[in-house]
Amino acid sequence: MTEIRWHSRAGQGAVSGAKGLGDVVATTGKEVQAFALYGSAKRGAALRAYNRIADEQIFNHAKFMYPDYVLVIDPALAMTDDITMNDKETTKYIITTHLDKEELIKEIPALQGKEDRVYVVDCIQISLDTIKRSMPNSPMLGAFVKVSGMFELDYFLENMKRVLKKFPQKIIDANMEAITRAYNEVK
Amino acid sequence: MPKEIFELQDREVWDGNYAASQAMRQANVDVMAAYPITPSTPIVENYGSYVANGYIDGEFVMVESEHAAMSACVGASASGGRVATATSSQGFALMAEVLYQASGMRLPIVLNVVNRALASPLNVRGDHSDMYLGRDSGWIQLGAFNAQEAYDLALCAFKIGEDHSVRLPVMVHQDGFITSHTAQNVYPLSDEEAYKFVGDFKPVDDMLDFSRPVTYGAQTEEDWHFEHKAKQHKALMDSRPVIDKVFEEFEKISGRKYKRVESYMMEDAEVALVGLGTTVETARVAAKQLRDEEGIKAGVVAIRAFRPFPFDLVRDALENVKSVGVTDRSSPGGAMGAFFNEVSAALYTTPKRPLVTNYIYGLGGRDFSIEDAKNIFREQKANADAGYVTTDIQQFSGLRGPKLGFFQTKRS
Repeated sequence: MTEIRWHSRAGQGAVSGAKGLGDVVATTGKEVQAFALYGSAKRGAALRAYNRIADEQIFNHAKFMYPDYVLVIDPALAMTDDITMNDKETTKYIITTHLDKEELIKEIPALQGKEDRVYVVDCIQISLDTIKRSMPNSPMLGAFVKVSGMFELDYFLENMKRVLKKFPQKIIDANMEAITRAYNEVK
Repeated sequence: MPKEIFELQDREVWDGNYAASQAMRQANVDVMAAYPITPSTPIVENYGSYVANGYIDGEFVMVESEHAAMSACVGASASGGRVATATSSQGFALMAEVLYQASGMRLPIVLNVVNRALASPLNVRGDHSDMYLGRDSGWIQLGAFNAQEAYDLALCAFKIGEDHSVRLPVMVHQDGFITSHTAQNVYPLSDEEAYKFVGDFKPVDDMLDFSRPVTYGAQTEEDWHFEHKAKQHKALMDSRPVIDKVFEEFEKISGRKYKRVESYMMEDAEVALVGLGTTVETARVAAKQLRDEEGIKAGVVAIRAFRPFPFDLVRDALENVKSVGVTDRSSPGGAMGAFFNEVSAALYTTPKRPLVTNYIYGLGGRDFSIEDAKNIFREQKANADAGYVTTDIQQFSGLRGPKLGFFQTKRS
């Protein structure tokens, strides 16, 4: 069982990101779960989204988890939200930030001592460059693909095209570029 | 016939709402009258879009309230069409009056209930308050524990309710957000398989048959009311073998087997948790872990058909365990949990009469974790070892603040 917790603000696409990831993972024959825990239901409010991935049917319906991956797609939430809550000795963090890794960890005491498990990528800037608006969910998926090694990038891109098929071609292309860039830039 | 073909994969990732709406599409529901309410809104919203986009040959009726929604469903069903809708919580409460009309008129309407707490305080999340509110309404009530089951049971619901020996409305319950907004793998049937399973709607005494005029909802006072209600109750009780038969037929086409009472690891269980909805799947994980980690012989009994209440099957499932924790996800309002009372009544008629305690939990969507389930099992194990109930008979699980509980066993 792989468990993932997303930290996001409503409107940044963590719920769609979690569902999109679930959709692609399911094509590999695995069982998935994607759900969210909303606070007050308005844009900008902090929310958490979750994925579970397993080889067999997932029976656990609790929100509670010890995450294997923590994906933070809002730079400020990395500072203000409890992103290390219920973490494990192996939990990996992928954090959206314009800072480099050392600068970021200096700002977040809870990440100190976990340097080898922290990855940074500027999903906001990547989405501004490619999708032309702040939509950090797609780039985060690219970074996750790289860090987790769960898929080949090409396999993921092909399947994401299917997930996004209701959108115009231009938007699909921009998302593919965003995913690819984040895959290459996460470190 | 629908003009457009909906593209389906063998394996989809759907949430419970989407899954239920796909069942409505595949059953080719003729009329859906609905008033939207969180968290069930997407079911009726999706049906509306299927109609508008030509995926279904049906009619979406916009109404001014849930009372009107169910009233329109009653009219459409009495007229001779396949009818369904969805609601939750306050909407369900507003429908309550008409629920009794629908069952009394023996109309096989399917109602997707996405379980949600009742205000006040206002809360959009899942608990079973609304489901309990329907428990005396004369409807068949089936419970789904995940999105797949919300889809499967919705298809079964039409076939059960519309069976001419049943002719009763059917609710299909799923847990608000926990099922309705959680995407999971769902393996749908093809449109052809699904429709062939549900079958064409065959009306009985339809009002649009002008060659044979009929009256619905007539007045009966003390001369006949009692006989009508008794007959209705008997029909509900007699639906049990029909439910079993429909589940068997569904297994043949889907490979997925449903039972009115589902037992997990009960063969040699010493202690058990009895529950409804998603809780039972989480408890199942806890039971397995406890067996492996602590040697506690734990099992789970889940009620699939809440109405007609499977009194005999509950008894069969639990009569050999020593201690049972019955979980109620609804504020008991000054009594023991209603579900606890029903399970206890069944167990009272067994020779060994296991110990039974009541857990109120998960109100307003409060998380129910694997650890919460384990604690319930551990307390049952302590009861089993002691030979009496070592805790308060009614406890609150997952409540913040001081421990809350009521009543202790009388021991001489």
